[in-house]
Amino acid sequence: LLFFSGSMEPAFHRGDLLFLTNRIEDPIRVGEIVVFRIEGREIPIVHRVLKIHEKQNGDIKFLTKGDNNAVDDRGLYKRGQHWLEKKDVVGRARGFVPYIGIVTILMNDYPKFKYAVLFLLGLFVLVHRE
Amino acid sequence: LRKNVEDFTGPRERSDLGFVTFDITADILNGKNGLQTFIFDWNVKQLFLYLSAEYSTKNNALNQVILWDKIMLRGENPRLFLKDMKSKYFFFDDGNGLKGNRNVTLTLSWNVVPNAGILPLITGSGHVSVPFPDTYETTKSY
Repeated sequence: LLFFSGSMEPAFHRGDLLFLTNRIEDPIRVGEIVVFRIEGREIPIVHRVLKIHEKQNGDIKFLTKGDNNAVDDRGLYKRGQHWLEKKDVVGRARGFVPYIGIVTILMNDYPKFKYAVLFLLGLFVLVHRE
Repeated sequence: LRKNVEDFTGPRERSDLGFVTFDITADILNGKNGLQTFIFDWNVKQLFLYLSAEYSTKNNALNQVILWDKIMLRGENPRLFLKDMKSKYFFFDDGNGLKGNRNVTLTLSWNVVPNAGILPLITGSGHVSVPFPDTYETTKSY
């Protein structure tokens, strides 16, 4: 997953590549960085869990906030929605690699660059086959 | 200190709002392999520190609320010596579960952000119990 905005700086920047897991059994706890989608919106958001209220049966509602944002994400949620639920979670951030994503962004924007990368990768594979 | 006010950022019901003032004295160390080493090693870019309150209520078996957080960059001294801090975020309960709650535990934790690699969440050793009073504070003193 690639970062597009600066709401989690200085930890993550545009172009950083994030590694996610999505094990449903993993409990959601404060401090964790989760990837979630707001109903009706395509682009997922990667923010930190700020508050959780979990019932005995495992039903959980939680609130998120970007590290670099002054306020929590309630303003981003759907109108009338005050909390996120397990079903909104797409993944949990477990690790990342910086700036690698910029290569993918460039490949998308400049097809010639994509062919060059693929060509170089092809060469690399051939040479290593020796 | 605790007040019962309308939560103006959430649903329109009366929920308990807690006010906590705290001091933090901490030395952040890397406790890997049982040894204590300097936390900002070659692959640690920053620490996201947060003070969280954890408690149980009639409504919810588990509640966790981050009261305060701080980003510490590599190069800063990994010690905290803070006094008389007020919580950064409103400590609203999902209901009225703070009143008379004797078992609200405050813990300091941190997310290690590497230059590249895994993002672990570490919980510091040492936590504090904050008992909330049985009555609401009606005077505006916060």
